[in-house]
Amino acid sequence: MTHQFDVAPPYTAVALHGVSPQPSHDEAARFDFLANLNKYLSGTLGPGNKQAYDTRVLPGFVAEHGCEPRDRFEIRHAMNRDPHHRFWSALKRNSMEMRQQNGRAMVLRQIDELNAKARQYNEGRDTLELDPSVAVPRYQSAIDIHCMPGSYHGEEAPGDVSAGANYDCGIFATTAGGLGALSDGGGQALVKWARTERPGWQPQRILDIGCTVGHNIVPLALAFPDCEVIAIDTAAPSLRYAHARAQSLGATNIRFVQANAEDLSRWSDASFDWVQTTMFLHETSGTALPRIIREGYRVLKPGGLMLHLEQPQYSDAMPLYEQFIRDWDAFNNNEPFWSAMHALDLKTILKASGFAESDLFVTGVRAVVDTEIFPSAGDEKEEDHGRAAVWHAYGAWKGGRPE
Amino acid sequence: MTEPVDWMIRANARAKGKRPDFLGDPDKERLLSMLMAVIGEVSVMRERMDTIERLLETRGTISRADIEGYRPDREAGYERAAMIREYIARIMRGPQQMMEAMQSDDKPVEELSQDLKDL
Repeated sequence: MTHQFDVAPPYTAVALHGVSPQPSHDEAARFDFLANLNKYLSGTLGPGNKQAYDTRVLPGFVAEHGCEPRDRFEIRHAMNRDPHHRFWSALKRNSMEMRQQNGRAMVLRQIDELNAKARQYNEGRDTLELDPSVAVPRYQSAIDIHCMPGSYHGEEAPGDVSAGANYDCGIFATTAGGLGALSDGGGQALVKWARTERPGWQPQRILDIGCTVGHNIVPLALAFPDCEVIAIDTAAPSLRYAHARAQSLGATNIRFVQANAEDLSRWSDASFDWVQTTMFLHETSGTALPRIIREGYRVLKPGGLMLHLEQPQYSDAMPLYEQFIRDWDAFNNNEPFWSAMHALDLKTILKASGFAESDLFVTGVRAVVDTEIFPSAGDEKEEDHGRAAVWHAYGAWKGGRPE
Repeated sequence: MTEPVDWMIRANARAKGKRPDFLGDPDKERLLSMLMAVIGEVSVMRERMDTIERLLETRGTISRADIEGYRPDREAGYERAAMIREYIARIMRGPQQMMEAMQSDDKPVEELSQDLKDL
């Protein structure tokens, strides 16, 4: 039977791993509601924002100022006075807050069981290295990113994994299932890209920076089982969860290390074949980002790959309205570096770190999911800006791509 | 032994960061958040009813464990999601109509009433 309506898959279709929170019937139903609410808000009410802009906000702006808005900020200030945009934003903010409440309710109800399971996978393994001397950087502590109470590093009890578990389980609701059964459509996409781009390549060492719960690095570790993968993050609760999650999925070749990527001095020059970030750079800061890229360049071997998966950067070619709507999360979903980061010229930053112009490339990457169950990326009629499972990969081969 | 976490209260924890003002009135913001939570819970009850109906249809008698263990197949999953979509659309009649109203420049009915009198 053909399915007429664009709806989300059921939460019961997600794959559970060794430290997944076990959803009750009603907890799964809450995520079903939110996944479909998000589809409705982006697909049905979302286009009203552009209509409001075209029919009254832009004409009103021109009448008031005698010219069109010069940047996305002027559009935002004008749109924030429009009744449709205000109400739509209020609904969307509530959807984000409910996703956090629903995820935390499910996780914290079973926090003792989850912590016990995580301990079984973590205790006595040298593949989890926590370092309490690693401080939470200000760009992580200034605000709780995506309205996630406690962010990636908060603890409800000493040594717990709830921050990671909550982040992991709710990705389904936020993306309406767009990242697949293990919310790893980004990591699967990296595997597919590498195999197509450079068939037969077997990287020996990969560094994943800002790994959070490791959902995007596990597919790479499983695809290259002989590769030694180092995955770093500053948040211990996320790392405890990530390590247990990866071990339970059989990705035993990842070493999770609590470290700040601004200082990778414990790893020597030219020691990695691949340095990766996946939807991470926008959660850093104006000074941290170039430092991280400089350090990444230093530890990369000649011929090695640096790849950053992000939403598309804003450029002069991108209409100002689109820049404005892509900025929604920055100001309404606690992503304070999002707007500035997407306006950066990554090419210039990559070159300043040591890459040559000819080393650089940009390519499009879309989530790889089991399309029998999960929506295929890019099929949605209306993109949910900032959350779409379609990314730009900003990459560079150090000294040029090896033949 | 550490204190058990009061998960019902901690689930609601506030995220650090000033909340944007959308509706120009904190009471409206709070009421909308409560209304959205209720809308979500009604959806959850409808989905539970649907689970019960489907299980009863195939088994005749069921236990609570059956409800907890229910996994819709692809077809049932689609039907239930379409049911949620229909429910959301019904709830969102007001915002949808407000959006449709942008596309027309309807006169106030009072004005129209005057026009028709002399038509």
